[in-house]
Amino acid sequence: MADLSIRDLVKRYDKTQVLHGISLDVQDGEFVVFVGPSGCGKSTTLRMIAGLEEITSGEVSIAGRVVNNLEPKERDIAMVFQNYAIYPHMTVRKNIGFGLRTAKMPRADKERRIDEVAVILGMTDLLDRKPSQLSGGQRQRVAIGRAMVRDPAVFLFDEPLSNLDAQLRTQMRLEIKKLHQRVGNTIIFVTHDQVEAMTMADRIVIMKDGHIQQVGTPSDVYHQPANTFVARFIGAPSMNMLPGVVGNGGKIRLDSGAEVTLDTGATPGQAVVVGVRPEDLYPNDGPALVRGPVLVREPLGAETLIYVGREGEEVIAKADGRTPPEVGEEVTLTAALGNLHIFDAETGEALR
Amino acid sequence: MAVTEEIRPNADALLHAAPPRRPANMGQILRWTLLFLGGIAMVMPIAYMISTSLKWPHEVYNLQLIPDEPHLENYTYVLEDGRFYGWFINSIVIAVVTTVSNVLFDSLVGYTLCKFRFPGRYIVFIAILSTLMIPTEMLVIPWYLMSQQLGWLDTYWGIMFPGLMTAFGTFLMKQFFETVPDDFIEAARIDGLNELQIWWTVAMPLVKPALAALAIFVFLGNWTAFIWPLIVTNSVEMYTLPVGLSSFGDEADVAWELIMTGAAISTIPTLVVFLIFQRYIIQGVVMAGLKG
Ligand SMILES: Nc1ncnc2c1ncn2[C@@H]1O[C@H](COP(=O)(O)OP(=O)(O)OP(=O)(O)O)[C@@H](O)[C@H]1O
Ligand SMILES: [Mg+2]
Repeated sequence: MADLSIRDLVKRYDKTQVLHGISLDVQDGEFVVFVGPSGCGKSTTLRMIAGLEEITSGEVSIAGRVVNNLEPKERDIAMVFQNYAIYPHMTVRKNIGFGLRTAKMPRADKERRIDEVAVILGMTDLLDRKPSQLSGGQRQRVAIGRAMVRDPAVFLFDEPLSNLDAQLRTQMRLEIKKLHQRVGNTIIFVTHDQVEAMTMADRIVIMKDGHIQQVGTPSDVYHQPANTFVARFIGAPSMNMLPGVVGNGGKIRLDSGAEVTLDTGATPGQAVVVGVRPEDLYPNDGPALVRGPVLVREPLGAETLIYVGREGEEVIAKADGRTPPEVGEEVTLTAALGNLHIFDAETGEALR
Repeated sequence: MAVTEEIRPNADALLHAAPPRRPANMGQILRWTLLFLGGIAMVMPIAYMISTSLKWPHEVYNLQLIPDEPHLENYTYVLEDGRFYGWFINSIVIAVVTTVSNVLFDSLVGYTLCKFRFPGRYIVFIAILSTLMIPTEMLVIPWYLMSQQLGWLDTYWGIMFPGLMTAFGTFLMKQFFETVPDDFIEAARIDGLNELQIWWTVAMPLVKPALAALAIFVFLGNWTAFIWPLIVTNSVEMYTLPVGLSSFGDEADVAWELIMTGAAISTIPTLVVFLIFQRYIIQGVVMAGLKG
């Protein structure tokens, strides 16, 4: 019973509008990740849900209750901040227990809750330490613990992993996901890292400039990106974009000279962009999508990324890791028709 | 064996070699000289205070540092003089109350100015700062008239009220609260603390070093305050230590040896206060050096 719903959320600072009417429904127990480039309004949205930022217009409701005019503490949420926000002058136990300070429950129950959380997070031995005696990952765990003890309807995370090194980030990613499976609370997680978004989310919300670009499962946004922005933002390396024009009978003529036949419903003469992910594009003797010399090779082990084509217009493709083509070698790249994405060149919207 | 034989002469040569002598460095000499002179300038008044407190009255104007016949009669006299204890208590009460008051209220106002956005915030801040530009000597007349009309003359309250909050302390605390990340405050807000609780349990412990510095400052300032307590008090029982000490002697003669004795005794509480709070300052520096 802790679904969250946002209706036409708008945020304006003086004259600049940073959120332009955002709407979203989050199911109870869902793990939703907000992702987007820096400055797109992710934190602002999260802070408005938390009650730390005033709502210019629109509505936020949690568990069926409009919370616009409620204090943060009355909203039944907990938040984990990017720089942990754990108090250096308190022990781990005090920090975790801080979330229960104002809770009306017997002291013994509070202690029991703190101990339970410590067990879940594997921090039982660290309860009497000060934050300065903890590693970065342990501090982040304390911050999560402080949110957990309150058992809130909704957890809010604002880039909680971005201060950690790459390896720890991967580990904490997994831990948070496991935690979610275990406790089952609704989670809203903000990040600008698309890998984090893809690996953790039940559903991803992709934002840009205060607008939602697409909402969907990781598979949705990867396989059916709604527009060129989403297509390029999700997946690394980014999707190749090949400009072209629609001809008769579903033919698309690419600027490079290649032709593909696809049923797009586009009108003849319309300018389009054909998107193809590097992993769907590979050297083969089939019908050529791109032809050109290999400019650069980036060996990744199992595969090798190759940059092919004219300087400045090169595309990225994946070749076999054992026998990649040489630099300078002419290659022909093909892709399965089903893996091509067609976008309107003007609006950037997906055509299929 | 052959190897050790060969090595020994080398070792001997090293042992007997003269240590490398660095050429005298003018900069270094200048620095040491300046430090030495500065040190002398600081220590001399204290040395004379203690020396004078050990002299007989007829020796006071004889400026030698070591008294001919040092004695403790002055200390016995001052400590047996009933007035001294009264003044001591007065000074303690006033310095402690003003210190506590400044630590609480300067930081409360500083915190508000630092962490809350409200209309007129900037004007309030400027208004507070601008009071720093008016010297005490100019303020004592309005203070006096005010005290007179409100019946505060010759009371503790009359002595203390101008110093219960200071613009300097407010400014200092505002600047220090800038170092407390907003996330700390917002996290506490989400955890359900009210604003006063956040200030007390989250913000205040994080600025302990600043509070300690402020406490030392305010305590010393009030402990040694002279002009205002002199003006606002009439009866000898209400004197503070500095005012009382200056009244030692009679119309014809100032009893410097007694004043210096009282002054020497009155430095003890300031040392105690310093020793107590200086610990927090050092602790604070250590804490601030660590992230998180
Ligand atoms: N107090 C403010 N006054 C004016 N503009 C603001 C204020 N706070 C944020 N903004 C603007 O709102 C926009 C969205 O900011 P927000 O912090 O939500 O971005 P974000 O998506 O979280 O980015 P990041 O990934 O860098 O954290 C930014 O363009 C920012 O400049
Ligand atoms: Mg942000």
